[in-house]
Amino acid sequence: MTLPTADVASLLETVDTDGEVAFDGLRIAHTDAGYALETDGDEWHGLERAALEDALEPLAAYVTNWRYWQETVGGEGTARRAFLRWCERAPLADADADADADVADDHPSVDDPLAVPERYDALHEGLDREWGQLCITARLVDDAEHAAGERVYDLWHVDDADSDIADLEVSDEPRDAREIATYDEDGRYRPLKTAPTLPSGWAFTGLSGVELVEAVGYFYPATVANWHRELWGNVDVDHWTETAERQTGIYDVVDELPREAVEWMAEACCVDSQCLRRREWQYDADDELDVDGGDGPFPCREPCSLVIAAARKWTIIESEAEHTYELELTTSEYNQLAELIDAVADGRTDEIREADLDDGANRYRARYLRAKRVDKEGDLEARRLDD
Amino acid sequence: MQALVIAAHGSHLNPDASDPTYAHADAVRETGAFDEVREAFWKEEPHFREVIRTLESNEVFVVPLFISEGYFTEQVIPRELRLEEWDPKKWDSDGTSATHATLEATDVGKTIHYCGPVGTHDAMTDVIVGRAERVTGDPTIGEGVGLAVVGHGTERNENSAKAIEYHTERIRKRDRFDDVKALFMDEEPEVDDVTDYFEAEDVVVVPLFVADGYHTQEDIPEDMGLTEDYRLGWSVPATVDGHRIWYAGAVGTEGLMADVVLERAADAGADVGDARGAIRKAVTPADGVDRRPETEPSAEPGD
Repeated sequence: MTLPTADVASLLETVDTDGEVAFDGLRIAHTDAGYALETDGDEWHGLERAALEDALEPLAAYVTNWRYWQETVGGEGTARRAFLRWCERAPLADADADADADVADDHPSVDDPLAVPERYDALHEGLDREWGQLCITARLVDDAEHAAGERVYDLWHVDDADSDIADLEVSDEPRDAREIATYDEDGRYRPLKTAPTLPSGWAFTGLSGVELVEAVGYFYPATVANWHRELWGNVDVDHWTETAERQTGIYDVVDELPREAVEWMAEACCVDSQCLRRREWQYDADDELDVDGGDGPFPCREPCSLVIAAARKWTIIESEAEHTYELELTTSEYNQLAELIDAVADGRTDEIREADLDDGANRYRARYLRAKRVDKEGDLEARRLDD
Repeated sequence: MQALVIAAHGSHLNPDASDPTYAHADAVRETGAFDEVREAFWKEEPHFREVIRTLESNEVFVVPLFISEGYFTEQVIPRELRLEEWDPKKWDSDGTSATHATLEATDVGKTIHYCGPVGTHDAMTDVIVGRAERVTGDPTIGEGVGLAVVGHGTERNENSAKAIEYHTERIRKRDRFDDVKALFMDEEPEVDDVTDYFEAEDVVVVPLFVADGYHTQEDIPEDMGLTEDYRLGWSVPATVDGHRIWYAGAVGTEGLMADVVLERAADAGADVGDARGAIRKAVTPADGVDRRPETEPSAEPGD
């Protein structure tokens, strides 16, 4: 990479104005004794301006890296900037206006940062990151149309990592993500954007940083903002009781859902197989749910609108009294009920082969059970023993 | 930096419910009047609860894509946005006159200009009339024609009827249509009897709803007798009791709604430059009839 003179001029102008630039392993200071230059491995002192420019010549990566982050991306302290830095494994703390602020380096999304030379090597190849079912590739574009060190971002489904780009529907318009995110592979509506049902077969290529964050925002709304807050230790979790008590109108009842039912609800709705957000909310601040919250990169900071709507249904159901029923079933029929529940709960009814009569959730098996045990009103034939 | 948030209901069941929201947001985006434009929903994502934190702007204008002042605009949206100082009195409204209130969203420390709903803005009157022009294909529609503005009614919220009556009165004063009536789904005068209320042979029926859905695409067409079964569709115009009924579908899908959104934000102090002119130009070709494709029906009962 050759060093653009405009970038050097811009960098040195900043040094002269501020007295010092220290960014991503590059440090240049202007003192009475001339310029001092440091990188991750080397240092020079007492340089005249011309000598400094000569010393920077082989350090094009550091200079263009400074220009990209400080002039193209900007936005110090924003979630956008932190996310783009995460995309290329840059140190995250440098992304915050307050460099001393404590970034959670034990966060599940964070791994060892790359210094500029290694990062540039990786960016030439393309550096991949996963965000839910999204795969993001950050890469350097070395062409006449882009400034040296300019990054672009490609975005596709993790399942398409090995697909030929020619086989994918390619777009460079972030808003196209809305349509993709609306339906699953079977064309069914996805009311929960973070459900692990994002269809594959598409790609966004050559997005700018702003466009990448916009597209990710359409796929997984607010995940970047909440991840950013979590990294800096200020994600505002609203636990079940707080969220439930806040509800009004038809959802006013959900705070009556029993403690154990909240546990069942979290197991039904909020595990990795159903939602890629990592559940951070508990029953209460000092009363954790037993169900595993998952291990995705982005947090779930309060029960979502789908959980609230479902909670309303379960609150109503849980307010009913329990009864004892007596009914006749063979052992196989009794076992079949559990198999049916399992198949529906795991969403695998479509996978059961037409003639697989060994599977209790097979359609013919279910139809047979209905013919034998369900009356004309559609009720399971049983007697209630209590009143 | 200034941002616009369009706050809408959305749906867990119907993928099309949010189409008008996205369409109006995109129209505003194209004008470049705001540094950021975001959609937010009660039933979709980003939720009202988490939308403000996705913005970098410190000045945020929130415009509810709702028809009337009531439960959602006075309770749900301010609560979910964490506008802790909110009180409906801050709007100082008689039920249709809310403009805006300036508050702080406590989770992000940003200034929120919380606007009244689009449905009660004066510019909405023009959208209703524009809708009548569009469905009839006649930019001068009015003489010899009746106009019915249809609303849900007071079942849940008295301001719902006020918004309908407000625009009805404003259109009536323009003396453009032979007669203008406010009709309702669940109270008198009822939309079922639409032909009883007009002498004119041609009657344009415009439902003041944000999105097409169960009410506008199933209930109202069947109640008016446009069709026996909504699934069979209906013709526009359809003949009922000797009248020609020009049924327009939800006014909220009209392209000019983006102009109302901008008006709301501008009234609250947003710098929108000449964006309103750009939108009016985009949706009003030389003959005055907007032919952009309409959004599809949405929203289901109980959703």
